[in-house]
Amino acid sequence: MNVSKYATIFKLRTKLVRRLILNPISKRITISMTARNIIEKIWDSHTISSQPGHPDIFAIDFMLIHEVTSAQAFQMLKERNLKVWDRSRFLATLDHSIPTRPNRLEIFDESARAQVEKLRSNVQEFDIDIYDFGSGQQGIVHVVGPELGITQPGMTIVCGDSHTSTHGAFGALAFGIGTSEVGHVLASGCLLLKKPKTMKVEFTGNFSKGVYAKDAILKLISLIGIGGANGHIIEYCGDAIKRMSMEERMTICNMSIECGARAGLVAPDDITYAYIHGKKHAPSAVRWDEAVNYWQSLQSDADAVYDKSITIDLNKLGPMITWGTNPGQAGEIRANIPQIKEFSQEEQLSAKQALEYVKLQPGDSLDGLPFEWAFVGSCTNGRIEDLRIVADILKNKKIASGVTFYIVPGSEAVRNQAIAEGLDQVFIDAGADFRMPGCSMCLGMNDDKVPSGLRCISSSNRNFVGRQGPGSITHLASPATVASSALLGKISAPSSFSVIKEA
Amino acid sequence: MEKFTTITSSIVPLARRDVDTDMIFPAQFLTSIANKGFAGALFRRLRDQEADFTLADERYQESKILVAQSNFGCGSSREHAVWALRDWGFRVIIAESFADIFAGNSAKNGLLLVTLPALEIETLLSSAAQRETTVTVDLANQTVTLADGKTVNFNYDAFRKHCLLHGLDDLDYILSHQKELDQFHEGDKKRLFFI
Repeated sequence: MNVSKYATIFKLRTKLVRRLILNPISKRITISMTARNIIEKIWDSHTISSQPGHPDIFAIDFMLIHEVTSAQAFQMLKERNLKVWDRSRFLATLDHSIPTRPNRLEIFDESARAQVEKLRSNVQEFDIDIYDFGSGQQGIVHVVGPELGITQPGMTIVCGDSHTSTHGAFGALAFGIGTSEVGHVLASGCLLLKKPKTMKVEFTGNFSKGVYAKDAILKLISLIGIGGANGHIIEYCGDAIKRMSMEERMTICNMSIECGARAGLVAPDDITYAYIHGKKHAPSAVRWDEAVNYWQSLQSDADAVYDKSITIDLNKLGPMITWGTNPGQAGEIRANIPQIKEFSQEEQLSAKQALEYVKLQPGDSLDGLPFEWAFVGSCTNGRIEDLRIVADILKNKKIASGVTFYIVPGSEAVRNQAIAEGLDQVFIDAGADFRMPGCSMCLGMNDDKVPSGLRCISSSNRNFVGRQGPGSITHLASPATVASSALLGKISAPSSFSVIKEA
Repeated sequence: MEKFTTITSSIVPLARRDVDTDMIFPAQFLTSIANKGFAGALFRRLRDQEADFTLADERYQESKILVAQSNFGCGSSREHAVWALRDWGFRVIIAESFADIFAGNSAKNGLLLVTLPALEIETLLSSAAQRETTVTVDLANQTVTLADGKTVNFNYDAFRKHCLLHGLDDLDYILSHQKELDQFHEGDKKRLFFI
């Protein structure tokens, strides 16, 4: 590669610009003395090279790898005779293509089997650690990283998966990338990126009983739309965020991409540190204080500015449900689907098309709508707290006849914990199917699919046309809403939710 | 990466907003470990199920330019969506706006994304809906020219433009800074605490 090809890109118009580029000291990013938010702080600390007119060379601390978006990246390395830059910065596991039935070791689908085998041979060839079936740690990448303590504040984390934003719950800058970029990170530990804009999302107030983090993030997406945060990275803050557990924060950050934000994060605090402490890859005891001091320094400065901001009061929020074919087409279960004329001009056609697909009409109520399938799982809501909420609702009850209910733990560790707590027996007694860990019904690319024409209430993250299988209809909701609805066989707010009449 | 040259082609109108990557590249094809040959998967569900879906139309089989509304490429990060568009023969997508990850993936594969205001998009879409509409996309001059000679300018990142016009690759650029990478990585253990 000829470096001068790039050096000659820009005609340098002023001596000042020329000096900035040629002077090796000012080549490194100059840390501004003005107030910065946490996104800018992490960005600055990971910028290796920042030249006017060029994207930044941006350092990636850690990359998670799964079978679907890595094969072509490893292939590129082989073709170009490149090596992995530092094997300790990568971890692979299996999640997307795999079966979740009990005897999952044999993958019947030939193409899926080849993909899984390819990942195994690639990580062996490039000497990258993998958590395979039965390791005790296999699972959805975004469940595994945090539970191992790999996900830590101030880090940059990527994966060939748009829900990598999940790791932002820890104050990490984490985002999804394409397979070409997976190759770039494998070979160099870096990406070429333009500094994004920043957005502040403040959640205030308290959840009513029966209302959860999932409802809060669906509310945000319904307010700003699925492209509302394009080009931005979100910092979630506010008293409601401060009270949330790490798992709730992960649910919030996970769905940042559903409003277009490549990443969303929460500043680390004592709840973050308590979660990380004692995990397998947590800082060593001798470096713990140093780590916490550093993490604390990442907080946004008091007078930091953002390109956009929004405040959402959770006090009056009811349980949410999506009615359409994208995550922004959502409302409270107690509200009716809006009339077409209530949408903006640009939104009317997609609302009409969505309603036609999901077999509903403007003005319809989703409360009481019957369905055949229910799913709790995914990187959004497949963690132990989610399973505990579901078990509380299902305990000593039976799901409605005619409903198939898949409960899929996000990881082997989540599954083992659920079994240790006896949750598995609650699920089985209720008539649900408690399965092996994986992405399962979230995305319709493995054996777990909602049959064509049937309706599913799901704790996952996308309700695109056919997302859970060709012809399937999806309504996204919290795990509590999914479980409560499964008992009745029709969409229903959690029974713990007391209806507050709108003034 | 193939160098981008000026493209003159009829346009395929796709009058939709929020075209997601599940739509562009349905999940059932995601188990492939190949890096080409994805044309058959492109918009497969829509081509199979919607009789009036534009891409199924014989007239558009040779088109290199797709025109859509806002937030094109949202959702999943799957680069397969870009590979499928590329393998079909598309070299340019013109839309009101694009999702971030999709835009990054396009840049890696020589697919030019042109952002135009809603009004221009509507003009192109309604023209193409009535009759075959040919346009010329000139990246060097950052113009879209209609058959009647009307020319619209578009903004484009200067660095990306250089890379596309010369077929240059991000990784080559990154690796050309190896000394700075090494220097950075020597120091970064200080703020990394995972073991």
